Amino acid sequence: MEWANAIVQGVLLGGLYALLAAGLSLMFGVMRLVNLAHGALAIVAAYAGLVLVQKTGMPPFASIVIVVPLMAILGWVLQRTLLNTALNRQALAPILVTFGLAVIIQNLLLELFTADNQSIDVGSLASSSIQITPDIAIGVFPLITFIVGVLVIGLLQQYLARTATGRAMRATSDDREAAELMGIDNKYVYSLATAISLGLVGIAGVFLGIRTQFNPTFGDATLIFAFEAVIIGGLGSLWGTLAGGMILGIAQTVGAQAFPSSGVLLGHVVFLLVLAFRPTGLFPKVVNG
Amino acid sequence: MALLEVDAIDVHYGDFQAIYGLSITVDEGETLAVIGANGAGKSTLLKTIAGINRPRVGEVRFDGANISGLAAHRRVPLGISLTPEGRRIFPSLTLEENLLVGGHTKRPGYWNLTTVYETFPLLADRRSRLGVHASGGEQQATAIGRALMSNPRLLLLDEVSLGLAPIVVENIYAALPNISAQGTTVLVVEQDVNQALKVANRVHCLLEGRSVLEGKPAELSREQIASAYFGI
Repeated sequence: MEWANAIVQGVLLGGLYALLAAGLSLMFGVMRLVNLAHGALAIVAAYAGLVLVQKTGMPPFASIVIVVPLMAILGWVLQRTLLNTALNRQALAPILVTFGLAVIIQNLLLELFTADNQSIDVGSLASSSIQITPDIAIGVFPLITFIVGVLVIGLLQQYLARTATGRAMRATSDDREAAELMGIDNKYVYSLATAISLGLVGIAGVFLGIRTQFNPTFGDATLIFAFEAVIIGGLGSLWGTLAGGMILGIAQTVGAQAFPSSGVLLGHVVFLLVLAFRPTGLFPKVVNG
Repeated sequence: MALLEVDAIDVHYGDFQAIYGLSITVDEGETLAVIGANGAGKSTLLKTIAGINRPRVGEVRFDGANISGLAAHRRVPLGISLTPEGRRIFPSLTLEENLLVGGHTKRPGYWNLTTVYETFPLLADRRSRLGVHASGGEQQATAIGRALMSNPRLLLLDEVSLGLAPIVVENIYAALPNISAQGTTVLVVEQDVNQALKVANRVHCLLEGRSVLEGKPAELSREQIASAYFGI
């Protein structure tokens, strides 16, 4: 039953990874941009939540309502000022720009908040759990995280599939120039995608800040986990990203059950195995242009 | 009155010049065919009108206004729509979604899903098929339908016949009279000279980026066209 418990915990952890990875997946899907600042931006959101909770005393979940629009605006501005320009250069430019951005953000956070570990306090919610069987207990907060992760991915998927703007995003993703010939402004579409992506990072960052102790350098690990979730699931597929997050989460918790100090390492091993034997991911987008 | 005036444009790709001082006017409601061999600058001309390429010298005027500096996506609301060479269907979208994306600007007019399906009945049955899985003919019909969905005043058709079986080409060109009947001005680029002469009110022949012959199909002889086409 210890193993069943590890799997259940892994699935729940996967919800957080999926939440972290959804924005990364969206930006790559729409504009083939690998945002290396994704993890650092999640930590920005975590600190934003922390500051709001500490300074105003508002409930942690309420801070999300403020953090998400702030992050979305930041995303819009980033795309308009930096990323659209970078996308028009060679393929390497967006990678260098977002990498530089990650370094700058990390150092700014170190200046502002020092390297001390901090966490957003949710009181007893952090430790309350539901006993399912004598061996399996589900943490209430991980459960909330998981539900939010699945909801976010489901809503994003519906948005892309059913709305005119979502359709325009998919068209732009398929063929940017042809989409422009339909009257679609790709700069607008890209800015919207990044705004949505960072809005999702806003949710993910606050959840991350509640779940664990974090410091300004925590963005690197966050980026890697999000990245691994996207790659395991298959590039450009949102449901794949959810599945990828769960597989990564299970690999880490089951791994930790078997080798208590090497859970994260086993997550990386699973990622490398997928990369070696199924480089397109487990659930790649069926169609490719 | 002229709907489109292309006035002495030079168009370059980097250091390579594709069009030299080309001038073409298209009147409202007419169908103009631009013919010429590979590399004559036909597709470049259409892309310049649609806004994908910019002329280095000269002007493109639409309905009297200079649009040379306008981005491609801003020309669609004015009523310019291009069916690009190679069709460029969105592969991960269904054929119906492709059509709906064509109507993105919501320009009002005769064309909507119903009228497009009436004009290209084969698309109605295949509407839920993904672009990537559609046949060449279905893709071409979708590409034209997609362009029509923006209710253009000027429809630019690039190499409609390319890579399609003659019977399919025949079917697709059969839709052209219905398109013109809505008052739409059509500028068609074709390598298939016979097809072009059949549908056009007027023909321009390009050779190496310059216009070398212009006239009504009935007034041009085979020899004139052949020598203009091949530059002999």
